[in-house]
Amino acid sequence: MYIDLLIKTVIILMVLNGVLGFGGFLTWVERKQSAAMQDRIGANRASIFGFRLFGLFHILADGIKMFVKEEFTPSTDYRKLFLLAPFISWFFALMGFAVIPFSDSLKVFGREISFQIANPDIGILFVFAMMGMSIYGVILGGWSSNNNYALLGAMRASAQMISYEVALGAAVIGPLLVYGTLNMQEIVRWQGQAYQGWLPLWGVVVQPLAFLLFLTAGTAETKRIPFDLPEGESEIIGFNLEYSSMRFGAFMFTDFVEKILISCIAVAIFLGGWQVPFLEDSGFVFPNEAALSLRPELVWLLRAAAFFIKVCIVIYILMLVRWTLPRFRYDQLMSLGWKFILPLAFANIIVTAAVLFWLDFFDLEFLRAALGALWAR
Amino acid sequence: MGKITVKKIDTRTHLTFLERIYLWEIIRGLWITNRHFMINIFFHLLNLIGIKTRRKGAVTIQYPEQHRGYHYRLRTLHYLTRRPDGSPRCVGCMMCETICPARCIYIVEKEHPDPNLEKQALSYTIDMGKCIYCGFCVESCPEDAIRMDSGHLEIAAYSRGEMIYPIERLLANQHDPAPYKDYGKYRKERP
Repeated sequence: MYIDLLIKTVIILMVLNGVLGFGGFLTWVERKQSAAMQDRIGANRASIFGFRLFGLFHILADGIKMFVKEEFTPSTDYRKLFLLAPFISWFFALMGFAVIPFSDSLKVFGREISFQIANPDIGILFVFAMMGMSIYGVILGGWSSNNNYALLGAMRASAQMISYEVALGAAVIGPLLVYGTLNMQEIVRWQGQAYQGWLPLWGVVVQPLAFLLFLTAGTAETKRIPFDLPEGESEIIGFNLEYSSMRFGAFMFTDFVEKILISCIAVAIFLGGWQVPFLEDSGFVFPNEAALSLRPELVWLLRAAAFFIKVCIVIYILMLVRWTLPRFRYDQLMSLGWKFILPLAFANIIVTAAVLFWLDFFDLEFLRAALGALWAR
Repeated sequence: MGKITVKKIDTRTHLTFLERIYLWEIIRGLWITNRHFMINIFFHLLNLIGIKTRRKGAVTIQYPEQHRGYHYRLRTLHYLTRRPDGSPRCVGCMMCETICPARCIYIVEKEHPDPNLEKQALSYTIDMGKCIYCGFCVESCPEDAIRMDSGHLEIAAYSRGEMIYPIERLLANQHDPAPYKDYGKYRKERP
């Protein structure tokens, strides 16, 4: 019993530290990627004993700067809420990682260890619940700042996040209909099968439209450019106006953590999670019946690495979008969410349901026979 | 009676279907930025493993270490020229002080021992905090006593007092050819 507790604690610490470390790393990645995209060099001045190491020490320098800066608190009646708000955002963004399946389960000394903190049957709904809660951090922060600009920013933020949460939820219903389960591990397992033995049936293959809608709504949900109206660093002032030092850092860091979370969900639902094409539990099995058997530990490691690489690719695409597109106007944002993404998501649900019903009603053999007869004629 | 007709001018931009659904245009934009990223990272990697390429991964000039070469006509920090015997060339004619639009030149003149020269500068002070680098002093000088091609531009100081250059500092500055050497060097690398 205690050993179970210990294992879970270790996994939780691994996920927590991994996510926070990766989030810090992303601040550097974002600077360097944008620099390379714009023919610049990017931050490279921070050094330790003259070693610059491609500016990696800027992560450290930023952290130290955030901690030692002056902590300013405006005169407000809601001081406690003001101090608490960034960490509400942060907490709920991190909670979403509890159900992300980072890899398959592995048998060690006769004990089944799953690289996932919890595996509830409501899986994906839990993530959405946590993401919905993170609005509270934003709106409490804006409201308790005792500043009208911050309050307006928080209003914009909550309107945007609630609107896009509807679209986000509607976009994943299509894939969920196909998978027939909400459990994250089951969703990933379903994507392990292959069509005709060679095309891996990942979510993006069966539901390409839903993937696109999910990425768009997910970007809006994390308040990133081109949907960064809640913050609007340079022109329109956002909900974090009155925050300084590490509390501002917490808000900023929440953005990166949420970005990782959205990427993880996108990978788990649409990009096959930890599945590697042609990698079965016993090892690689190729369509031409060539096989390469691997130790289960190696398979487990390969799958964890595959999950990580897929997350990196999605984050690269999200950052590419962030440094390419200009910001939407607020009415464009709202009409995109309500008039474009949401109807498309509903259409996707209806079409998916109809096709599933069709496949269920006439079983596939009948369909194939009918098509064959048609073809013969 | 002629009929008055109004010509309708349509100034709106008409988007094609692909442009209106926006998605294709986004993909095109992403392709451009992605191409820049990939090409630049490729050249960065080549330089990192020691292969020298004419094209670099970035157009950045890393300023304190690298300088862009100055053009020879650039007006830089002033200096006073000397006669062959080492004394200042200035004859205290007050031309520069008179023409200076910022009024940053302060000259006190005195009698020169050589009767042909009449006067020399007892003190010649320029307040660099006020100077606007117009170059009028150089143009007005009849003796070629002041020039602005020292090649120094970084004259920041911690106090206003340090920005006031007395005659000794102005005489100590001389023309430095080094900053002019790289002129045009960083221009050819990328169109």
